[in-house]
Amino acid sequence: MKISEIGKLLDAELLAGEEHLDSEVISACCSDMMSDVLAYVKDQGVLITGLINSQVIRTANMMDMICIVFVRGKRPTPEMVELAEECGIAVMCSEKRAFEASGILYAAGLSHSGGH
Amino acid sequence: MSDVVKFRFDVDGSDFSSAGAASVTVKKKLRQLGYSPDVIRRVSIAMYEGEINMVIHANGGIAEVEASDDKIVIVLADKGPGIPDVELAMQAGYSTAKDHIRNLGFGAGMGLPNMIKYTDDLRIDTVVGEGTTITMTVLI
Ligand SMILES: Nc1ncnc2c1ncn2[C@@H]1O[C@H](COP(=O)(O)OP(=O)(O)O)[C@@H](O)[C@H]1O
Ligand SMILES: [Mg+2]
Repeated sequence: MKISEIGKLLDAELLAGEEHLDSEVISACCSDMMSDVLAYVKDQGVLITGLINSQVIRTANMMDMICIVFVRGKRPTPEMVELAEECGIAVMCSEKRAFEASGILYAAGLSHSGGH
Repeated sequence: MSDVVKFRFDVDGSDFSSAGAASVTVKKKLRQLGYSPDVIRRVSIAMYEGEINMVIHANGGIAEVEASDDKIVIVLADKGPGIPDVELAMQAGYSTAKDHIRNLGFGAGMGLPNMIKYTDDLRIDTVVGEGTTITMTVLI
């Protein structure tokens, strides 16, 4: 699935990483615990979260994730958006709750595992 | 890359918002130096876990990285409280982090297990009341 399609499906606003809209991802992970993302993510390209701090961006960078979706209307700070640009990560915001956003993406074909 | 490339960072323990910044910089530098994605990922995760630990458990410290042809060595030194029971601290799920740390997304007790998982060698030198030095090696 292309990053652009994630944005459409979740009715999300893109805040960073327009150049990644055509990048393909096959799996995603949903968590507010960055510790769990670090411990359990394998090759998931997308992070769905309601947590707002710079460590969300840095954690995604460590895990080579290329897209972060902030859910339940949470908005990242300008510093976070700038950091994401530096790290080459697309950032979007959706009003949907984490469960709904995850369900929509899952139903549309994104899986939860790295797919290998 | 026959030389050893060294990086050194002051990790500020009073400012959580900058926690992890050193690891982001190291990841970028290692990419520029041409290390493989697998090596970079392992170094990144191990260093990031250790850097976050220095901030949330030890009030910051010094992070040093030495990158050479055959290995990358990460040394994280702090003057925090030390770790009274290292074996216990290494257990998956063990954490002394309080709720305010968990609300920041950390404190699941998976940091040290993750650091062991992603490195080829990990040494912990710790003295209660004096501090902790963690030395991690990733072989190329
Ligand atoms: N640098 C450090 N200084 C003092 N204590 C530490 C340090 N690093 C880890 N610890 C102790 O080891 C425990 C386990 O660490 P870790 O596995 O990273 O889990 P977490 O950080 O989620 O608590 C911590 O809760 C803390 O008590
Ligand atoms: Mg930790």
